[in-house]
Amino acid sequence: MTLTGIGPNPLAQGLERLPVAPTNLVIFGATGDLARRKLLPAIYNLAHEGALPGFFNLIGVSRGELTHEAYREIAAESIRRFSRTPPDESVLSGLLSELRYVSGGFGDAETYATLSAALEELGAAAGEPMSRVFYLSTAPEYFSVIVGALGAAGLAQSQEFDVRAIIEKPFGTSLAEARQLNAEVLSVFTESQVFRIDHYLGKETVQNMLAFRFANGMFEPLWNRNYIANVQITAAEDIGIESRAGYYDHAGALRDLVENHMMQLLTLLCMEPPVTFSADDVRDEKVKVLHAIRTPRSEEIDQISVRGQYGPGVSGGRPVVGYREEEGVPEDSHTETFAALRLLVDNWRWAGVPFYLRTGKRLARKITEIAVTLRPVPHLAFEQEGSLGVRPNQLVMTIQPNEGVSLSLGAKIPGPRMRIRPVNMEFLYGTAFLSQSPEAYERLILDAMRGEATLFTRNDEVEAQWRICDPIVSAWSGASAALPQYEAGSQGPAEAQALLLEGHQWRAI
Amino acid sequence: MPATNDTVWAAEDTTPAAIEAALRELLIERHSESDGYVPARVLNLVCIVERQWRGEIANRLRRVGRYHASRTIVCAVSEGRRTIDAVAAVAADATPATGEHVLTHETVILDLGPGHLEHLESIVDPLVITDLTTLVWAPHGHWQAVDALRGISQCVLLDSAEDPDVAGALRRAQRLLAERYVVDLAWLRSTPWRERIATLFNQPKRRVLLGEIAQIRIRNVAESGASALLLCGWLTSRLGWPQGQLTRDGHGRAIGAMGEVGVMLESVPQDVPGLGGITIGFRDGSELSLDRGPGGLTARRRDGGGSERSWKLLGASRGEGGILGEGIRQSLLRDPTYRDALDAAAGMLT
Repeated sequence: MTLTGIGPNPLAQGLERLPVAPTNLVIFGATGDLARRKLLPAIYNLAHEGALPGFFNLIGVSRGELTHEAYREIAAESIRRFSRTPPDESVLSGLLSELRYVSGGFGDAETYATLSAALEELGAAAGEPMSRVFYLSTAPEYFSVIVGALGAAGLAQSQEFDVRAIIEKPFGTSLAEARQLNAEVLSVFTESQVFRIDHYLGKETVQNMLAFRFANGMFEPLWNRNYIANVQITAAEDIGIESRAGYYDHAGALRDLVENHMMQLLTLLCMEPPVTFSADDVRDEKVKVLHAIRTPRSEEIDQISVRGQYGPGVSGGRPVVGYREEEGVPEDSHTETFAALRLLVDNWRWAGVPFYLRTGKRLARKITEIAVTLRPVPHLAFEQEGSLGVRPNQLVMTIQPNEGVSLSLGAKIPGPRMRIRPVNMEFLYGTAFLSQSPEAYERLILDAMRGEATLFTRNDEVEAQWRICDPIVSAWSGASAALPQYEAGSQGPAEAQALLLEGHQWRAI
Repeated sequence: MPATNDTVWAAEDTTPAAIEAALRELLIERHSESDGYVPARVLNLVCIVERQWRGEIANRLRRVGRYHASRTIVCAVSEGRRTIDAVAAVAADATPATGEHVLTHETVILDLGPGHLEHLESIVDPLVITDLTTLVWAPHGHWQAVDALRGISQCVLLDSAEDPDVAGALRRAQRLLAERYVVDLAWLRSTPWRERIATLFNQPKRRVLLGEIAQIRIRNVAESGASALLLCGWLTSRLGWPQGQLTRDGHGRAIGAMGEVGVMLESVPQDVPGLGGITIGFRDGSELSLDRGPGGLTARRRDGGGSERSWKLLGASRGEGGILGEGIRQSLLRDPTYRDALDAAAGMLT
């Protein structure tokens, strides 16, 4: 047997957990909220389940002055507090025993010299090439700084091992920024090295949309403009902005959720079946959907979009303040906490079908769902008297909190007369699977370490998403009209009704 | 099962039809309390146990974490019994809050006698949820009952390590595998080892060494010979080696890519069932070892000159409760390498 032409690992066949190459994982923004609440617990859970490679080291990079030991304590405390699995102390101490911390500014060459030395040292200790994964979980303004500095320090490329960069959202705050950031990132890394993370794509139920569509023959014949009247994608939250005023007041609802998560849901719903489930085949199909959505013209923004901001109200039985009274929010803030759009996907399959996207804070309840409303039957032989009505069938895919799929059907009410009311045929993922869904970050971090990019957003996807949202962002930021207000705990601003075409109605949140 | 509330029905000298009707009523009753109660619909588990030891089995099932079957039917067998008594319960882990769902699981405990086992299918068939996979588990060796349920079960859960006759246990697994899928807990105890061995050889430069293997030494507790054999069978079958041979003292040989490979299974003291370690020796005198330890497996690499280095492969022990839970979960999956590993392991003992 020789190295050239060596085949796949025969021992890996049939294993649920495929081997991962030895890896040094570097987290920029290591003391931040995301790292402490999500990333460190996710990495611990991978260790707990035996999914990390034999040679694995974690390096935290942040601006605060900390010793390795102090950062180990922060990491241990975060894991104990936020891990979905109660930590096994032996595994935890094993994971953190070699944890390193590099203190320094993200633009300082010295930071990267220290980091480089640490990586070299850990690689030498392992005695074999170790892949490097740089996780950028910092504020977005540091993304290009860090990427540029990695390139300048010679840390972005290697002939001996894989180097990858995971970049958190938001990837730019406008089309111009996204293009600029893509250009900067791709001047240092190749696209195959870049993993733009949108943790929604790591959720089992989002991935299940692909299984639902492409593993079931019964829906495909209906999945087009001939049978579908409209589609509603809702991502509603009952909470306010909590402690995120600094971020949220600059971002707003459209940038926070529509440009990324909701656009991704739209592409998964609308895409054609890919030839294979390889990263590029899937992403090629998703990009085609985005290309089929027209760039909104400035004169139509008012007709296809609605924004709003929550005022005081009652949520969960308790009085809550309005957005402008939230801590850290300017009293005259014009940031939208609610956004709704009506989009058209101009291709053979979807032409003429309105896609309604709606997201907001402090709405009636927390729910993320996609509701596909079918066209009504062409002729009704039954009398409507005494019925709740024969309503168009609706297929609802719930992403959270009760992940599942329900299909509304018309059924006869028991009794001597043919009276109809809608009933639901319901499927809940929780009732049908034994396994607990892993945290999205666990799946995505492991995928990135393995170089599997299917669940990450490609450069052209990001730019296509921004091309659709950018004109709306621009129009809203330049608008002088008063921002529609809605009561906290409600269904959102009344103005959202104006988006709906005749005969359509929003589903109750 | 950590139920916070149960709805229970019981009857003496009853029939499957009456029990099935009672289950339906219990589910309706539960749903009328709150439409947030949703019955889990994943898997039927039929356990055939000695009545006097049913408490021990119930304890084991309580420790499977979230891997509870949707409907568990426990057939508790006691000598001399000729009638069937039954207790049925619908249990929920919590009370649903508004807008939330709480899963419910059903348990049926049947007290019956050895005479019922030959026709157990006619008793159990009305009680399993149609269209779900049915898993059969006979931890106390009621193989006659397992055979009787051939027509309604798709999967058999067993533990080859519990039979002192390892060769017989593997032959039984082969026989059952010919008609249904088999989940062997002895095989599942080797899963972390298989994953880690695959990792050790994943890099192309290490994978070359698979052709240089000269010796395999597997360390296991005396009662876990089946796990050791299955691990050995997995390695030889994945590498495409022809049938190996093993004597009763655990020494034997296989034919590898470069010729004869020594195989040794060694008993080691250990306070948990399963494997204790594996050492793979190569023709140049170098070795790779994995050994169980706190927080995961310790890997050691010793080169031909004798210099050695070690590192940790992190992973928490699943414990026997976790292994049983994994067995229940695996009944809904299919491991394409088990059959070859089983055949290779059984073949080494013939």
